[in-house]
Amino acid sequence: MIYADNAATTYFKPEKTIAAVCEYLKHPGNPGRGNNHMAMDAARMVLDTRIKLADLFDCDFDHVVFTSGVTESLNTVIQGLFGPQDHIITTYMEHNSVLRPLYRLGCRLSVCGGSTEEIKKHIRSDTKAVIINHVSNVTGEINDIEGIGKFCRQNGLLSVADTAQSAGVLPVSLKESELDVICFTGHKGLLAMQGIGGICLGEDIDIRPLKVGGSGFASFDTEHPKQYPSALEAGTLNVPGIVSLNRSLDFLKECGIENILRHEQLLAEEFCRILSSFDGVKVYREKEKEYTGIVSLNVEGMDAAAVSDILSREYGIETRAGAHCAPLIHEHYGTESTVRFSFGINNRKEDIRECSEALKEIIKIRGHEA
Amino acid sequence: MRVNTSEYMIITFSETTRALYMERICKEDGVHGRIIPLPKSVDAGCGLVWASEKRDRVFWITYMENRGIEYEEIMEVSV
Repeated sequence: MIYADNAATTYFKPEKTIAAVCEYLKHPGNPGRGNNHMAMDAARMVLDTRIKLADLFDCDFDHVVFTSGVTESLNTVIQGLFGPQDHIITTYMEHNSVLRPLYRLGCRLSVCGGSTEEIKKHIRSDTKAVIINHVSNVTGEINDIEGIGKFCRQNGLLSVADTAQSAGVLPVSLKESELDVICFTGHKGLLAMQGIGGICLGEDIDIRPLKVGGSGFASFDTEHPKQYPSALEAGTLNVPGIVSLNRSLDFLKECGIENILRHEQLLAEEFCRILSSFDGVKVYREKEKEYTGIVSLNVEGMDAAAVSDILSREYGIETRAGAHCAPLIHEHYGTESTVRFSFGINNRKEDIRECSEALKEIIKIRGHEA
Repeated sequence: MRVNTSEYMIITFSETTRALYMERICKEDGVHGRIIPLPKSVDAGCGLVWASEKRDRVFWITYMENRGIEYEEIMEVSV
């Protein structure tokens, strides 16, 4: 089996991550809920993970909030920071985890490309924020969030970065990029479990929480505490998920995320190089842009769903077909769906050869049938 | 088994995470103390505070200032 669906969830999880989760489940504790030994061990591990994440995203450890994933992070931020009266600029590359909360909010919305120049054209007097993904989950295109963060700060706008496809692959710095909010998920580039993610917040960002409830302190107050991170962490945390993040962050530090990016980019570039000699394959990449290890394509005359199904059934190559929950990018490229190959640290150069050979055969057979 | 009350210097924080950070930094520096549940004499409700038998107010305030630790209150309490 060749797993090339790492943009959905990374296949590889470090052995130490798996072992740490299993070990934790034998001795669970509820962090911040009393000082019994298990509760304290869990609380120390949660703090340690916040500190490691603060190091990764260059933010303050007590402004790292845990959520169930990037969808919850984005919903919390969008619904907790903005209202229908606000004008927000976003891009055609966004995932529905950005678009749907914005649509539901009923705010005034401008959609454009992911460059500072394009964003600049859409600024109005009522513009409150720019929400942008770092990397498109459909094409792997890398957006300049550093430039956009600085541009927003200079222009008095809030900036929110969706790093679902970049955390653990590309460096992201809240402070250096002058971003206000970073939303991340654990189960993709950060190589952790599904069901864990978070938000990194800059100073003076006051988010109204989506949920309130148990906080482990100030129990007689009728209002939920306003201090971060507890302000956005009502209820029991996903501690096994946080354990998995903790150990995977160690693994990533040891590997060096720049090495992981280079590995994935080299695989994707080699794949694109081979595909460029095939007739009837459209790859959604533009020459002047930068990409990660994602390659989206279509085979002329074939439904993306059929191509992905044949790849899985006949060749054991696992990809994803469809709109990838990002409807607006399909308007941009004039598509309705693509076959997405997303390479990760589990993939090797031989996989690229096999993926290319499989596509070649599919095109050939299809040509005979047509 | 200890059942007698003792005098402690209690340091409270606005957030549990900060109390845990205090513990982490003190451990790194070899400074004595421990996390205990919020004593009723300090406040009602629940939560975690830093407690130390070293009842030297100036020491603790200076220490936290030097280590960049934000605290809420510091007081001597029988626990």
